Amino acid sequence: MKKAVLTVIGKDMVGILAKVSAMCASHNANVVEVTQSVMQEMFAMIMLIDISALNTDFSAMSDHFANLGKEMGLSIHVMHEDIFNSMHRI
Amino acid sequence: MLEPRDILETIRMIQDEHLDVRTITMGISLLDCIDPDIDRACQKVYEKITTKARDLVKTGEDIEKQYGIPIINKRISVTPIALLCAACKGGDPVKFALTLEKAAQTVGVNFIGGYSALVQKGFAAGDLELIRSIPQALSQTTCVCSSVNVGSTKAGINMDAVKLMGEVVLKASELTADRDCIGSAKLVVFCNAPEDNPFMAGAFHGVGEADCVINVGVSGPGVVSAALQKAGDCSISDLAEIIKKTAFKITRMGQLVAWEASQRLGVPYGIVDLSLAPTPAIGDSVAHILEAMGLEQCGAHGTTACLAMLNDAVKKGGVMASSRVGGLSGAFIPVAEDAGMIAAARSGALSIEKLEAMTAVCSVGLDMIVIPGDTPASTISAIIADEAAIGMINSKTTAVRLIPAIGKQVGDELNFGGLLGTGPVMRVNSRSPERFIARGGFIPAPIQSLKN
Repeated sequence: MKKAVLTVIGKDMVGILAKVSAMCASHNANVVEVTQSVMQEMFAMIMLIDISALNTDFSAMSDHFANLGKEMGLSIHVMHEDIFNSMHRI
Repeated sequence: MLEPRDILETIRMIQDEHLDVRTITMGISLLDCIDPDIDRACQKVYEKITTKARDLVKTGEDIEKQYGIPIINKRISVTPIALLCAACKGGDPVKFALTLEKAAQTVGVNFIGGYSALVQKGFAAGDLELIRSIPQALSQTTCVCSSVNVGSTKAGINMDAVKLMGEVVLKASELTADRDCIGSAKLVVFCNAPEDNPFMAGAFHGVGEADCVINVGVSGPGVVSAALQKAGDCSISDLAEIIKKTAFKITRMGQLVAWEASQRLGVPYGIVDLSLAPTPAIGDSVAHILEAMGLEQCGAHGTTACLAMLNDAVKKGGVMASSRVGGLSGAFIPVAEDAGMIAAARSGALSIEKLEAMTAVCSVGLDMIVIPGDTPASTISAIIADEAAIGMINSKTTAVRLIPAIGKQVGDELNFGGLLGTGPVMRVNSRSPERFIARGGFIPAPIQSLKN
Protein backbone atom coordinates (compact mmCIF):
# COMPACT_ATOMS: atom_id res chain seq x y z
CA MET A 1 0.00 0.00 0.00
CA LYS A 2 1.42 3.42 -0.98
CA LYS A 3 0.59 6.06 1.57
CA ALA A 4 0.83 9.81 1.90
CA VAL A 5 0.66 12.07 4.91
CA LEU A 6 -1.82 14.92 4.78
CA THR A 7 -1.44 17.70 7.34
CA VAL A 8 -3.91 20.48 8.03
CA ILE A 9 -2.95 23.31 10.32
CA GLY A 10 -4.86 26.54 10.95
CA LYS A 11 -7.69 28.25 12.77
CA ASP A 12 -10.49 25.90 13.82
CA MET A 13 -13.79 26.26 11.97
CA VAL A 14 -16.85 24.26 10.96
CA GLY A 15 -16.39 21.70 8.21
CA ILE A 16 -12.62 21.24 8.01
CA LEU A 17 -12.73 17.48 8.40
CA ALA A 18 -15.73 17.21 6.05
CA LYS A 19 -14.13 19.21 3.25
CA VAL A 20 -10.75 17.53 3.52
CA SER A 21 -12.20 14.02 3.59
CA ALA A 22 -14.57 14.85 0.73
CA MET A 23 -11.56 15.88 -1.33
CA CYS A 24 -9.77 12.64 -0.40
CA ALA A 25 -12.80 10.69 -1.57
CA SER A 26 -13.01 12.63 -4.83
CA HIS A 27 -9.45 11.53 -5.63
CA ASN A 28 -10.17 7.97 -4.53
CA ALA A 29 -7.73 8.23 -1.63
CA ASN A 30 -8.77 6.11 1.35
CA VAL A 31 -8.26 7.60 4.80
CA VAL A 32 -6.30 5.04 6.84
CA GLU A 33 -5.64 6.94 10.06
CA VAL A 34 -6.50 10.30 11.53
CA THR A 35 -5.11 12.12 14.50
CA GLN A 36 -6.28 15.60 15.33
CA SER A 37 -6.12 18.08 18.13
CA VAL A 38 -7.58 21.50 18.78
CA MET A 39 -5.49 23.60 21.11
CA GLN A 40 -7.03 26.92 22.05
CA GLU A 41 -8.28 27.91 18.60
CA MET A 42 -5.65 26.14 16.52
CA PHE A 43 -6.63 23.05 14.62
CA ALA A 44 -3.98 20.47 13.72
CA MET A 45 -4.79 17.26 11.89
CA ILE A 46 -2.59 14.56 10.45
CA MET A 47 -4.17 12.02 8.11
CA LEU A 48 -2.55 8.96 6.64
CA ILE A 49 -4.14 8.26 3.27
CA ASP A 50 -3.84 5.32 0.89
CA ILE A 51 -2.78 6.60 -2.53
CA SER A 52 -2.43 3.26 -4.37
CA ALA A 53 -5.65 3.76 -6.35
CA LEU A 54 -5.70 7.52 -7.01
CA ASN A 55 -7.78 8.60 -9.98
CA THR A 56 -5.44 11.53 -10.76
CA ASP A 57 -1.69 11.87 -10.51
CA PHE A 58 -0.10 12.86 -7.25
CA SER A 59 0.91 16.39 -8.35
CA ALA A 60 -2.63 17.24 -9.41
CA MET A 61 -4.01 16.07 -6.08
CA SER A 62 -1.37 18.02 -4.21
CA ASP A 63 -2.35 21.18 -6.14
CA HIS A 64 -6.05 20.63 -5.34
CA PHE A 65 -5.32 20.34 -1.63
CA ALA A 66 -3.10 23.42 -1.70
CA ASN A 67 -5.95 25.37 -3.35
CA LEU A 68 -8.46 24.07 -0.80
CA GLY A 69 -6.07 25.27 1.91
CA LYS A 70 -5.92 28.72 0.36
CA GLU A 71 -9.72 28.95 0.12
CA MET A 72 -10.16 27.98 3.76
CA GLY A 73 -7.19 29.94 5.10
CA LEU A 74 -5.46 26.75 6.29
CA SER A 75 -2.08 25.30 5.58
CA ILE A 76 -2.62 21.92 3.89
CA HIS A 77 0.22 19.71 2.70
CA VAL A 78 0.24 16.26 1.15
CA MET A 79 3.58 14.50 1.16
CA HIS A 80 4.54 10.96 0.26
CA GLU A 81 5.20 8.98 3.46
CA ASP A 82 8.68 7.97 2.26
CA ILE A 83 10.07 11.35 3.19
CA PHE A 84 9.14 10.88 6.85
CA ASN A 85 10.29 7.28 6.88
CA SER A 86 13.65 8.20 5.43
CA MET A 87 14.23 11.24 7.62
CA HIS A 88 13.17 9.76 10.93
CA ARG A 89 14.06 6.07 10.67
CA ILE A 90 17.47 4.49 10.36
CA MET B 1 4.78 3.92 12.69
CA LEU B 2 5.03 7.59 11.90
CA GLU B 3 5.01 9.85 14.93
CA PRO B 4 3.03 13.10 14.68
CA ARG B 5 6.02 14.86 16.28
CA ASP B 6 8.34 13.72 13.47
CA ILE B 7 5.84 14.72 10.81
CA LEU B 8 5.46 18.19 12.27
CA GLU B 9 9.23 18.54 12.61
CA THR B 10 9.72 17.84 8.90
CA ILE B 11 7.02 20.30 7.95
CA ARG B 12 8.50 22.97 10.21
CA MET B 13 11.95 22.43 8.67
CA ILE B 14 10.56 23.00 5.18
CA GLN B 15 8.12 25.81 6.01
CA ASP B 16 10.04 27.89 8.53
CA GLU B 17 13.66 26.85 8.32
CA HIS B 18 14.31 26.86 4.55
CA LEU B 19 15.04 23.14 4.25
CA ASP B 20 15.40 22.36 0.58
CA VAL B 21 17.26 20.32 -1.95
CA ARG B 22 19.58 22.89 -3.46
CA THR B 23 20.13 21.16 -6.76
CA ILE B 24 19.58 18.10 -8.87
CA THR B 25 22.49 18.13 -11.29
CA MET B 26 22.66 15.82 -14.25
CA GLY B 27 26.23 15.04 -15.25
CA ILE B 28 26.55 14.35 -18.98
CA SER B 29 29.68 13.08 -20.70
CA LEU B 30 30.45 14.82 -23.99
CA LEU B 31 33.40 12.58 -24.87
CA ASP B 32 31.38 11.02 -27.69
CA CYS B 33 30.76 14.48 -29.17
CA ILE B 34 34.43 15.20 -29.91
CA ASP B 35 34.87 16.15 -33.56
CA PRO B 36 37.61 17.98 -35.50
CA ASP B 37 34.91 20.18 -37.07
CA ILE B 38 33.82 22.56 -34.31
CA ASP B 39 30.37 23.17 -35.79
CA ARG B 40 29.69 19.46 -36.01
CA ALA B 41 30.97 19.04 -32.44
CA CYS B 42 28.59 21.79 -31.26
CA GLN B 43 25.69 20.11 -33.03
CA LYS B 44 26.45 16.79 -31.31
CA VAL B 45 26.78 18.54 -27.93
CA TYR B 46 23.42 20.24 -28.35
CA GLU B 47 21.71 17.01 -29.36
CA LYS B 48 23.22 14.96 -26.55
CA ILE B 49 22.35 17.47 -23.82
CA THR B 50 18.82 18.12 -25.02
CA THR B 51 18.16 14.37 -25.34
CA LYS B 52 19.60 13.28 -22.00
CA ALA B 53 18.20 16.19 -20.00
CA ARG B 54 14.88 16.51 -21.80
CA ASP B 55 12.83 15.47 -18.77
CA LEU B 56 15.14 16.74 -16.02
CA VAL B 57 13.22 19.87 -15.07
CA LYS B 58 9.78 18.22 -15.26
CA THR B 59 10.99 15.27 -13.17
CA GLY B 60 12.44 17.65 -10.58
CA GLU B 61 9.13 19.48 -10.35
CA ASP B 62 7.17 16.23 -9.99
CA ILE B 63 9.43 15.07 -7.15
CA GLU B 64 8.98 18.44 -5.46
CA LYS B 65 5.21 17.90 -5.49
CA GLN B 66 5.34 14.27 -4.39
CA TYR B 67 7.47 14.89 -1.33
CA GLY B 68 6.56 18.49 -0.69
CA ILE B 69 10.25 19.50 -0.72
CA PRO B 70 11.40 22.54 -2.67
CA ILE B 71 14.09 21.64 -5.21
CA ILE B 72 15.64 25.02 -5.96
CA ASN B 73 17.81 24.31 -8.99
CA LYS B 74 17.94 21.84 -11.82
CA ARG B 75 21.35 21.94 -13.45
CA ILE B 76 23.63 20.19 -15.89
CA SER B 77 27.36 19.55 -15.69
CA VAL B 78 29.34 18.42 -18.72
CA THR B 79 32.78 17.07 -19.61
CA PRO B 80 35.40 19.86 -19.42
CA ILE B 81 35.01 21.64 -22.76
CA ALA B 82 38.81 21.98 -23.16
CA LEU B 83 38.83 18.25 -24.03
CA LEU B 84 36.50 18.96 -26.96
CA CYS B 85 38.54 22.01 -27.97
CA ALA B 86 41.63 19.81 -28.17
CA ALA B 87 40.28 18.16 -31.31
CA CYS B 88 39.19 21.32 -33.14
CA LYS B 89 42.34 23.19 -34.06
CA GLY B 90 41.75 26.89 -34.68
CA GLY B 91 38.03 26.85 -33.79
CA ASP B 92 36.66 29.53 -31.47
CA PRO B 93 35.81 27.86 -28.12
CA VAL B 94 33.11 30.47 -27.46
CA LYS B 95 30.98 28.51 -29.97
CA PHE B 96 30.81 25.75 -27.36
CA ALA B 97 29.71 28.22 -24.69
CA LEU B 98 26.91 29.50 -26.93
CA THR B 99 25.88 25.90 -27.65
CA LEU B 100 25.77 25.08 -23.93
CA GLU B 101 23.67 28.21 -23.33
CA LYS B 102 21.21 27.26 -26.07
CA ALA B 103 20.93 23.68 -24.81
CA ALA B 104 20.40 24.87 -21.22
CA GLN B 105 17.64 27.19 -22.32
CA THR B 106 15.97 24.48 -24.41
CA VAL B 107 15.72 22.09 -21.45
CA GLY B 108 15.02 24.90 -18.95
CA VAL B 109 17.83 24.37 -16.43
CA ASN B 110 19.15 27.20 -14.23
CA PHE B 111 22.85 26.68 -14.88
CA ILE B 112 25.15 24.54 -16.98
CA GLY B 113 28.71 23.97 -15.80
CA GLY B 114 31.76 22.57 -17.53
CA TYR B 115 33.28 25.36 -19.56
CA SER B 116 36.39 24.08 -17.88
CA ALA B 117 40.00 23.03 -18.20
CA LEU B 118 42.16 20.87 -15.93
CA VAL B 119 45.72 22.18 -16.11
CA GLN B 120 47.26 21.31 -12.74
CA LYS B 121 50.22 19.60 -14.39
CA GLY B 122 50.47 21.58 -17.62
CA PHE B 123 48.54 22.80 -20.64
CA ALA B 124 47.40 20.24 -23.22
CA ALA B 125 45.93 21.03 -26.63
CA GLY B 126 42.81 23.16 -26.25
CA ASP B 127 43.48 24.24 -22.65
CA LEU B 128 45.03 27.64 -23.33
CA GLU B 129 42.52 28.49 -26.06
CA LEU B 130 39.66 27.66 -23.72
CA ILE B 131 41.08 29.57 -20.74
CA ARG B 132 41.74 32.68 -22.84
CA SER B 133 38.17 32.55 -24.17
CA ILE B 134 36.53 32.37 -20.71
CA PRO B 135 35.89 36.14 -20.29
CA GLN B 136 34.19 36.32 -23.72
CA ALA B 137 32.22 33.12 -23.11
CA LEU B 138 30.91 34.34 -19.75
CA SER B 139 30.00 37.77 -21.07
CA GLN B 140 28.04 36.33 -24.00
CA THR B 141 26.06 33.80 -21.96
CA THR B 142 23.93 33.93 -18.83
CA CYS B 143 23.80 30.41 -17.43
CA VAL B 144 27.15 28.92 -18.49
CA CYS B 145 29.61 28.41 -15.65
CA SER B 146 33.33 27.99 -15.96
CA SER B 147 36.08 26.48 -13.83
CA VAL B 148 39.79 25.83 -14.11
CA ASN B 149 41.75 23.43 -11.92
CA VAL B 150 45.24 24.85 -11.38
CA GLY B 151 46.62 22.56 -8.69
CA SER B 152 46.34 19.26 -6.87
CA THR B 153 48.00 17.42 -4.01
CA LYS B 154 49.44 14.89 -6.47
CA ALA B 155 50.61 17.38 -9.12
CA GLY B 156 51.46 20.57 -7.25
CA ILE B 157 50.42 24.00 -8.53
CA ASN B 158 50.76 25.22 -12.09
CA MET B 159 51.92 28.80 -11.48
CA ASP B 160 51.71 29.71 -15.17
CA ALA B 161 48.02 28.87 -14.97
CA VAL B 162 47.69 30.81 -11.70
CA LYS B 163 49.22 33.88 -13.38
CA LEU B 164 46.89 33.53 -16.35
CA MET B 165 43.80 33.06 -14.17
CA GLY B 166 44.43 36.34 -12.34
CA GLU B 167 44.20 38.08 -15.71
CA VAL B 168 41.18 36.01 -16.80
CA VAL B 169 39.22 36.79 -13.61
CA LEU B 170 39.88 40.50 -14.04
CA LYS B 171 38.93 40.41 -17.72
CA ALA B 172 35.71 38.49 -16.97
CA SER B 173 34.71 41.30 -14.61
CA GLU B 174 35.70 44.04 -17.05
CA LEU B 175 33.63 42.59 -19.89
CA THR B 176 30.55 42.43 -17.66
CA ALA B 177 31.12 45.69 -15.74
CA ASP B 178 27.70 46.93 -16.95
CA ARG B 179 26.05 43.88 -15.31
CA ASP B 180 27.59 44.13 -11.82
CA CYS B 181 30.65 42.17 -13.02
CA ILE B 182 28.57 38.96 -13.10
CA GLY B 183 31.10 37.26 -15.40
CA SER B 184 33.60 36.53 -12.64
CA ALA B 185 30.79 35.30 -10.34
CA LYS B 186 30.42 32.35 -12.74
CA LEU B 187 34.13 31.46 -12.73
CA VAL B 188 35.89 29.26 -10.17
CA VAL B 189 39.61 28.50 -9.88
CA PHE B 190 40.16 25.16 -8.15
CA CYS B 191 42.82 23.13 -6.45
CA ASN B 192 41.85 19.42 -6.15
CA ALA B 193 38.59 19.95 -8.05
CA PRO B 194 36.05 17.15 -7.44
CA GLU B 195 34.74 15.44 -10.59
CA ASP B 196 31.21 14.90 -9.31
CA ASN B 197 30.35 18.25 -7.75
CA PRO B 198 26.71 19.25 -8.34
CA PHE B 199 27.18 22.85 -7.14
CA MET B 200 27.83 25.82 -9.40
CA ALA B 201 29.84 27.57 -10.56
CA GLY B 202 32.40 24.77 -10.20
CA ALA B 203 30.44 21.77 -11.50
CA PHE B 204 31.86 19.70 -14.34
CA HIS B 205 31.49 16.05 -15.29
CA GLY B 206 34.84 14.34 -14.77
CA VAL B 207 36.34 11.96 -17.29
CA GLY B 208 36.21 9.08 -14.80
CA GLU B 209 32.44 9.37 -14.50
CA ALA B 210 29.73 7.30 -16.19
CA ASP B 211 28.04 8.56 -19.37
CA CYS B 212 25.19 10.21 -17.48
CA VAL B 213 24.56 10.45 -13.71
CA ILE B 214 22.35 12.26 -11.23
CA ASN B 215 24.07 14.10 -8.38
CA VAL B 216 22.16 15.89 -5.66
CA GLY B 217 23.26 18.76 -3.45
CA VAL B 218 21.39 19.23 -0.19
CA SER B 219 21.17 22.36 1.85
CA GLY B 220 19.79 23.40 5.21
CA PRO B 221 21.82 25.96 7.19
CA GLY B 222 18.52 27.30 8.54
CA VAL B 223 17.61 23.91 10.03
CA VAL B 224 20.98 23.56 11.77
CA SER B 225 20.85 27.11 13.03
CA ALA B 226 17.30 26.64 14.42
CA ALA B 227 18.31 23.39 16.13
CA LEU B 228 21.30 25.09 17.79
CA GLN B 229 19.22 28.03 18.95
CA LYS B 230 16.78 25.64 20.61
CA ALA B 231 19.66 23.87 22.36
CA GLY B 232 20.42 26.85 24.60
CA ASP B 233 23.45 26.76 26.91
CA CYS B 234 24.93 23.30 26.42
CA SER B 235 28.51 22.17 25.83
CA ILE B 236 30.24 22.09 22.43
CA SER B 237 30.05 18.27 22.47
CA ASP B 238 26.27 18.52 22.72
CA LEU B 239 26.20 21.01 19.83
CA ALA B 240 28.24 18.60 17.70
CA GLU B 241 25.70 15.84 18.44
CA ILE B 242 22.79 18.10 17.45
CA ILE B 243 24.49 19.05 14.18
CA LYS B 244 25.19 15.39 13.36
CA LYS B 245 21.58 14.38 13.91
CA THR B 246 20.26 17.32 11.90
CA ALA B 247 22.71 16.65 9.05
CA PHE B 248 21.54 13.03 9.04
CA LYS B 249 17.94 14.06 8.48
CA ILE B 250 18.80 16.63 5.81
CA THR B 251 20.93 14.12 3.92
CA ARG B 252 18.32 11.37 4.09
CA MET B 253 15.99 13.71 2.30
CA GLY B 254 18.64 14.38 -0.35
CA GLN B 255 19.30 10.68 -0.73
CA LEU B 256 15.59 10.00 -1.24
CA VAL B 257 15.34 12.72 -3.90
CA ALA B 258 18.50 11.49 -5.65
CA TRP B 259 17.22 7.93 -5.70
CA GLU B 260 13.78 8.93 -6.94
CA ALA B 261 15.20 11.19 -9.67
CA SER B 262 17.54 8.48 -10.83
CA GLN B 263 14.69 5.93 -11.01
CA ARG B 264 12.37 8.26 -12.88
CA LEU B 265 14.96 9.42 -15.38
CA GLY B 266 16.51 5.98 -15.85
CA VAL B 267 19.93 7.44 -15.10
CA PRO B 268 22.35 6.02 -12.49
CA TYR B 269 22.50 7.77 -9.16
CA GLY B 270 25.93 9.34 -8.62
CA ILE B 271 26.40 11.00 -5.26
CA VAL B 272 24.78 13.16 -2.63
CA ASP B 273 26.84 16.24 -1.80
CA LEU B 274 26.53 16.81 1.94
CA SER B 275 26.63 20.53 1.99
CA LEU B 276 25.32 23.39 4.01
CA ALA B 277 24.76 25.86 1.20
CA PRO B 278 23.51 29.25 2.39
CA THR B 279 21.28 31.67 0.50
CA PRO B 280 20.91 35.41 1.05
CA ALA B 281 17.47 34.76 2.62
CA ILE B 282 17.20 35.59 6.32
CA GLY B 283 17.46 32.39 8.35
CA ASP B 284 19.48 30.46 5.76
CA SER B 285 22.98 31.51 6.75
CA VAL B 286 26.09 29.53 7.71
CA ALA B 287 27.45 32.61 9.50
CA HIS B 288 24.38 32.57 11.74
CA ILE B 289 25.14 28.95 12.71
CA LEU B 290 28.59 30.05 13.87
CA GLU B 291 27.00 32.93 15.74
CA ALA B 292 24.46 30.54 17.33
CA MET B 293 27.45 28.63 18.72
CA GLY B 294 28.38 31.72 20.70
CA LEU B 295 30.32 34.17 18.54
CA GLU B 296 29.25 37.83 18.63
CA GLN B 297 29.70 37.98 14.87
CA CYS B 298 31.19 35.72 12.22
CA GLY B 299 34.86 36.65 11.80
CA ALA B 300 35.54 36.94 15.53
CA HIS B 301 38.40 34.88 16.95
CA GLY B 302 36.96 31.38 17.41
CA THR B 303 35.29 31.39 13.98
CA THR B 304 37.74 28.88 12.50
CA ALA B 305 37.24 26.48 15.43
CA CYS B 306 33.45 26.70 15.22
CA LEU B 307 33.52 26.16 11.46
CA ALA B 308 35.86 23.17 11.78
CA MET B 309 33.49 21.50 14.23
CA LEU B 310 30.45 22.32 12.09
CA ASN B 311 32.04 20.99 8.91
CA ASP B 312 33.14 17.75 10.54
CA ALA B 313 29.81 17.13 12.26
CA VAL B 314 27.91 17.71 9.01
CA LYS B 315 30.04 15.05 7.31
CA LYS B 316 29.70 12.57 10.18
CA GLY B 317 25.92 12.87 10.20
CA GLY B 318 25.62 12.90 6.43
CA VAL B 319 27.88 9.96 5.63
CA MET B 320 25.68 7.55 7.53
CA ALA B 321 22.56 8.86 5.81
CA SER B 322 23.68 8.23 2.28
CA SER B 323 24.99 5.26 0.37
CA ARG B 324 27.28 7.37 -1.83
CA VAL B 325 28.71 10.69 -0.86
CA GLY B 326 30.91 12.99 -2.90
CA GLY B 327 31.26 16.44 -4.42
CA LEU B 328 32.34 19.21 -2.11
CA SER B 329 30.54 17.95 1.01
CA GLY B 330 30.87 20.47 3.83
CA ALA B 331 29.86 23.96 4.88
CA PHE B 332 30.04 26.63 2.21
CA ILE B 333 31.12 30.16 3.05
CA PRO B 334 30.25 32.27 0.00
CA VAL B 335 30.26 35.83 1.31
CA ALA B 336 27.76 37.41 -1.08
CA GLU B 337 25.31 34.50 -0.77
CA ASP B 338 25.04 34.49 3.02
CA ALA B 339 23.14 37.17 4.95
CA GLY B 340 25.34 36.74 8.04
CA MET B 341 28.59 36.91 6.04
CA ILE B 342 27.38 40.01 4.19
CA ALA B 343 26.64 41.70 7.53
CA ALA B 344 30.03 40.66 8.94
CA ALA B 345 31.88 41.90 5.86
CA ARG B 346 29.99 45.22 5.96
CA SER B 347 30.75 45.77 9.64
CA GLY B 348 34.43 44.92 9.15
CA ALA B 349 34.28 41.87 11.46
CA LEU B 350 35.18 39.57 8.59
CA SER B 351 38.32 40.03 6.48
CA ILE B 352 39.73 38.12 3.51
CA GLU B 353 42.58 36.94 5.75
CA LYS B 354 40.10 35.39 8.22
CA LEU B 355 38.13 33.83 5.37
CA GLU B 356 41.37 32.28 4.12
CA ALA B 357 41.93 30.65 7.50
CA MET B 358 38.34 29.40 7.49
CA THR B 359 38.84 27.74 4.11
CA ALA B 360 41.49 25.49 5.64
CA VAL B 361 38.79 23.72 7.67
CA CYS B 362 35.66 23.88 5.53
CA SER B 363 34.45 22.56 2.27
CA VAL B 364 35.49 25.07 -0.37
CA GLY B 365 37.43 28.30 -0.48
CA LEU B 366 37.35 32.04 -0.98
CA ASP B 367 33.92 32.14 -2.49
CA MET B 368 31.87 35.06 -3.85
CA ILE B 369 34.19 37.72 -2.48
CA VAL B 370 33.99 41.15 -4.05
CA ILE B 371 37.30 43.02 -4.21
CA PRO B 372 38.20 46.53 -5.40
CA GLY B 373 38.13 46.89 -9.20
CA ASP B 374 41.65 48.32 -9.32
CA THR B 375 43.20 45.19 -7.73
CA PRO B 376 46.12 44.18 -10.00
CA ALA B 377 45.85 40.83 -11.81
CA SER B 378 49.04 39.71 -10.02
CA THR B 379 47.37 40.21 -6.63
CA ILE B 380 44.36 38.12 -7.76
CA SER B 381 46.81 35.45 -8.93
CA ALA B 382 48.58 35.56 -5.57
CA ILE B 383 45.27 35.11 -3.70
CA ILE B 384 44.59 32.11 -5.97
CA ALA B 385 48.09 30.75 -5.23
CA ASP B 386 47.61 31.08 -1.45
CA GLU B 387 44.28 29.31 -1.58
CA ALA B 388 45.55 26.56 -3.89
CA ALA B 389 48.47 26.02 -1.50
CA ILE B 390 46.05 25.42 1.38
CA GLY B 391 44.22 22.84 -0.73
CA MET B 392 47.37 21.18 -2.01
CA ILE B 393 49.02 20.77 1.40
CA ASN B 394 45.85 19.71 3.23
CA SER B 395 44.65 17.30 0.51
CA LYS B 396 41.33 19.07 0.20
CA THR B 397 39.41 20.99 -2.41
CA THR B 398 39.88 24.73 -2.33
CA ALA B 399 38.40 27.19 -4.77
CA VAL B 400 38.59 30.88 -5.48
CA ARG B 401 35.69 32.89 -6.85
CA LEU B 402 36.67 36.55 -6.63
CA ILE B 403 34.70 39.35 -8.24
CA PRO B 404 36.74 42.46 -9.00
CA ALA B 405 34.16 45.27 -8.85
CA ILE B 406 35.19 47.44 -11.77
CA GLY B 407 35.10 51.13 -10.85
CA LYS B 408 34.26 50.41 -7.20
CA GLN B 409 36.12 50.69 -3.91
CA VAL B 410 35.82 49.44 -0.33
CA GLY B 411 32.47 50.69 0.96
CA ASP B 412 30.68 50.10 -2.37
CA GLU B 413 28.60 47.00 -3.13
CA LEU B 414 27.67 44.79 -6.06
CA ASN B 415 24.18 43.35 -6.34
CA PHE B 416 23.87 40.13 -8.34
CA GLY B 417 20.27 39.33 -7.42
CA GLY B 418 18.79 35.90 -6.72
CA LEU B 419 20.89 33.21 -5.06
CA LEU B 420 24.14 35.04 -5.86
CA GLY B 421 23.21 37.83 -3.46
CA THR B 422 24.93 41.09 -2.62
CA GLY B 423 28.62 41.64 -2.07
CA PRO B 424 30.27 44.46 -0.17
CA VAL B 425 33.71 45.28 -1.63
CA MET B 426 36.31 43.87 0.79
CA ARG B 427 39.75 45.27 1.50
CA VAL B 428 42.71 43.53 -0.16
CA ASN B 429 46.31 43.78 1.08
CA SER B 430 47.94 46.32 -1.24
CA ARG B 431 51.55 45.03 -1.02
CA SER B 432 52.63 43.70 -4.41
CA PRO B 433 53.33 39.99 -5.18
CA GLU B 434 54.17 41.00 -8.78
CA ARG B 435 57.69 39.48 -8.93
CA PHE B 436 56.56 36.19 -7.39
CA ILE B 437 53.70 35.79 -9.86
CA ALA B 438 55.80 36.86 -12.90
CA ARG B 439 58.22 33.96 -12.29
CA GLY B 440 55.82 31.27 -13.56
CA GLY B 441 56.73 27.58 -13.35
CA PHE B 442 55.38 25.00 -10.91
CA ILE B 443 55.13 24.57 -7.16
CA PRO B 444 56.21 20.92 -6.85
CA ALA B 445 53.81 18.35 -5.40
CA PRO B 446 54.11 18.22 -1.61
CA ILE B 447 55.45 15.35 0.47
CA GLN B 448 52.69 13.25 2.02
CA SER B 449 54.43 12.18 5.20
CA LEU B 450 56.18 14.07 8.05
CA LYS B 451 52.92 15.98 8.53
CA ASN B 452 53.50 18.83 10.90
